[in-house]
Amino acid sequence: MDIVVMARALFGASLGFHIIYATIGVGVPVMIIIAEVLYWIKKDSDYALMARRWTKGFAIVLAVSIASGTIVGVLISLLFPSFMEIVGQVIALPFQMEIFAFLIEAVFMSIYLYAADRLSPSLRLVSIISVAIGATASAVLITDVHAWMNTPAGFRITPSGDVTDINPWAAFFNPSFGVTAIHVTLSAYMTVSFIIASIAALRLMKSKITQAERNYHKKALTIALYFGAITSLATAVNGHETAQMLHEYNPRKLAAAEGLFETTRYAPLSIGGYTSLEDQRVKYAVEIPYALSFLAGDRFDTEVKGLNEYPEELWPPLYVHVLFNIMVGIGSLLIVVAFLALFWKHILKREFPGWMLALLVTSGPLAMIAIETGWCFSCIGRQPWTITDVLRTENAATQSPSVGILFVLFLSLYIILLFVTGFVLKNYFKRNPVSKDLSADTLG
Amino acid sequence: MEASTLAVTILWSLLFVYAMLGSLDFGAGFWGMIYGKNDHTSASQIANRFLSPTWEVTNVFFVILVVSVVTFFPFATTMLGSLLLLPIGLGLILLAIRTTFMVFEHHAKRFRELLRMTSGITGLIIPALLVSILPITLGGFIEFEDGLPRLYYRELLVHPTLYMHIAFGLSTELFISAVFLMDYAKEAEDHSAYHTFRKHAIWLGPVSIAIAVLTIGTFPAEAAWIVDNIQRNWFWFGLSLFFFLIGYGFLFLKRANGERGMARLAVLAIVLQYGIAIYAYGSAHLPYLVYPHLKIEDGFTDPGMFYQMLVVYGIGFGILIPAFILFWRLFLKDRRYLKQE
Ligand code: HDD
Ligand code: HEM
Ligand code: HEM
Repeated sequence: MDIVVMARALFGASLGFHIIYATIGVGVPVMIIIAEVLYWIKKDSDYALMARRWTKGFAIVLAVSIASGTIVGVLISLLFPSFMEIVGQVIALPFQMEIFAFLIEAVFMSIYLYAADRLSPSLRLVSIISVAIGATASAVLITDVHAWMNTPAGFRITPSGDVTDINPWAAFFNPSFGVTAIHVTLSAYMTVSFIIASIAALRLMKSKITQAERNYHKKALTIALYFGAITSLATAVNGHETAQMLHEYNPRKLAAAEGLFETTRYAPLSIGGYTSLEDQRVKYAVEIPYALSFLAGDRFDTEVKGLNEYPEELWPPLYVHVLFNIMVGIGSLLIVVAFLALFWKHILKREFPGWMLALLVTSGPLAMIAIETGWCFSCIGRQPWTITDVLRTENAATQSPSVGILFVLFLSLYIILLFVTGFVLKNYFKRNPVSKDLSADTLG
Repeated sequence: MEASTLAVTILWSLLFVYAMLGSLDFGAGFWGMIYGKNDHTSASQIANRFLSPTWEVTNVFFVILVVSVVTFFPFATTMLGSLLLLPIGLGLILLAIRTTFMVFEHHAKRFRELLRMTSGITGLIIPALLVSILPITLGGFIEFEDGLPRLYYRELLVHPTLYMHIAFGLSTELFISAVFLMDYAKEAEDHSAYHTFRKHAIWLGPVSIAIAVLTIGTFPAEAAWIVDNIQRNWFWFGLSLFFFLIGYGFLFLKRANGERGMARLAVLAIVLQYGIAIYAYGSAHLPYLVYPHLKIEDGFTDPGMFYQMLVVYGIGFGILIPAFILFWRLFLKDRRYLKQE
């Protein structure tokens, strides 16, 4: 493999690894706040226990999130030096602000974790809220850089390749920043809700649990379902706006996402299938007439640009259609799951049947798959550009031959860490089951 | 002051802060390993108690340092990035292992011994890799081939200056952490740990100074420029030595209760010693980032951008200062934390 491909693979794999932990790191603090507030309102010690147990899990995940984040933060400069040259001149502000978000999160996390017993309840709440603000801000700020790569703004590039007319704030508030940042934040909250729903559902499926444990897990599941229902709906609504942003600023990517070759009005939406180059259409898809035009511009006669408007060498890989569909498919499915479960619980007022619990168990992993495919869609859908229409990926990447060996080493590291984290989490919660914490609570 | 000079001054300040925090962090990991098995002294507990809440903050300072180099001097990234990919990549892998294992130590008691070893050993290797960057910037190890910079690994690996730099980095790390942990142990009123760390500070101090002087003697021939500059800066290096002597003296003074060593004053003097030395070394390094290929103004970002970044730094640290004060009170001052069993 050549060096550029290797560099892309190494960086993509590192981000794909980081994002698993980072997403959890963005969402869990919000869930902890909800539990702390419910404890405050209802004075039910189950919620205090929930906050404590989630914090333990969070501390383990945070370690890997910070370690892998440090890796991607340094690797991006090492692997894509010409890219960082432009970043340093144009879009350095979010990178720098992100550090302060990390610091806020790191400082208050230590305080919440190691000094919780010495803090007043209100100072404890302030600490965890600061952690949540730090984590969400770091996601928003890094997403800003990503959004700027998709819709660059705030500079001009001379024919000789120099950067001029720099306006840092125009770059900061680039056209896709708002919608993209909201999409990333909401999808992270949603994903963590469903992960917690998965864990609670898994526990409820066990036959040998006490009534106290059952109540505890039901409460956790209820929180997760409410928050998940709200955030998944909001993610989809905002995802629709994100697609409209693409229609306006990056029609080539939208065309690749939808597998549309000819520019058309009354364009149909193709769901499923794969984009065939020979046939110039999406094969084996379900077509909904006019839907794409409506999604792109809120009108059935909106003209949607097709790939043939652009030279073929500027097309992203056509399989991004599949990535896009997986994300949207999972998003739609999870809305149905969350509302169905709430309907069952509140309108039918029945216990969840086994199949529903099984469905809920899959929801967390599915949401994580949506995150991964969504990011891969966004980054791969930008190809062959690293900065859309400004810098090509092959010009951005390093020429250093050591990339190959590092690829192997880092990949092994990620695989090992995935297993070790899973093992540590499992081991810890096995030694400290809810039943033990619950009985400790009634005693103490 | 020229914008690029201001930028490089800020960079050296961040380097100074990270050198101190990193020495404490990595050094504490090492001491934790050495005394982990020993039942007679609580030195290991003291080291680990300090390490638990602080490693995250230290890690963020590492990230600040990297991001500042890249955003202040984006044109330097192209060169340093391709040169340093392999050593920094290896360092990152070790750092990731250290970070995760250190946290997992609390959650997987069965493997405590293994995890502690990892934290201690990486606490030596990572700083060694980091200081190895210094000799590379002095000249003689980099050439351009086909417009691409190449690092001569062989020349570097057989050159004594590399090993002296590493020895210098490690002795400094262990000295700083010993003096600091001595103060921390005093705050916790842990006498046995206090004496352990004092004992180590006493032999490490002179050793670190001797190695520092000897290291300059091993600089490669191409680095004559910086040796000249260092000689021209003799006053500041002398002042640094002076603070070392004061700090070292504080290790021996008797306190009112008859115990030897004024830990807090020793820490202050030694922080001053390194602060002055780092700025003196930094100014001797000017105007080059990498000799002779890269001067600071060639690597510098857009000045307008730079001033915006300064504003962000100002606001950022302004917001954080109350948080740091709370942090200090809870972990470095609060007796309930320091003296827990
Ligand atoms: C739980 C995860 C999740 C779910 C259910 C959805 N998304 Fe998404 N989506 C993401 C997680 C995500 C993401 C991983 O967070 C991305 C990648 C880059 C980004 O900005 O957000 C993303 C990107 C992304 C983009 C590309 C933005 C760009 O490249 O600039 C579009 C057009 C959409 N999404 C649209 C949708 C629609 C119409 C959804 C309908 C349900 C949807 N997303 C659900
Ligand atoms: C949208 C995707 C991403 C999200 C949601 C995200 C979020 C996070 C979170 C929550 C943390 C954790 C912890 C902390 O605050 O200390 C973290 C750590 C980190 N991330 Fe990411 N990140 C993303 C992508 C990236 C990318 C692309 C980079 C670099 C270019 C990056 C650089 C870092 C760094 C350097 C850290 C470590 C900070 C530290 O030392 O605490 N992240 N990230
Ligand atoms: C965290 C979730 C992310 C994932 C899973 C992800 C995935 C990927 C993948 C698979 C590639 C390789 C694409 C290819 O070359 O075909 C890539 C490239 C890249 N991504 Fe992302 N990405 C993420 C977030 C980000 C963010 C937040 C940034 C901005 C700071 C970013 C910046 C880049 C850069 C600079 C490249 C390399 C150049 C290029 O191929 O365009 N990524 N990413």
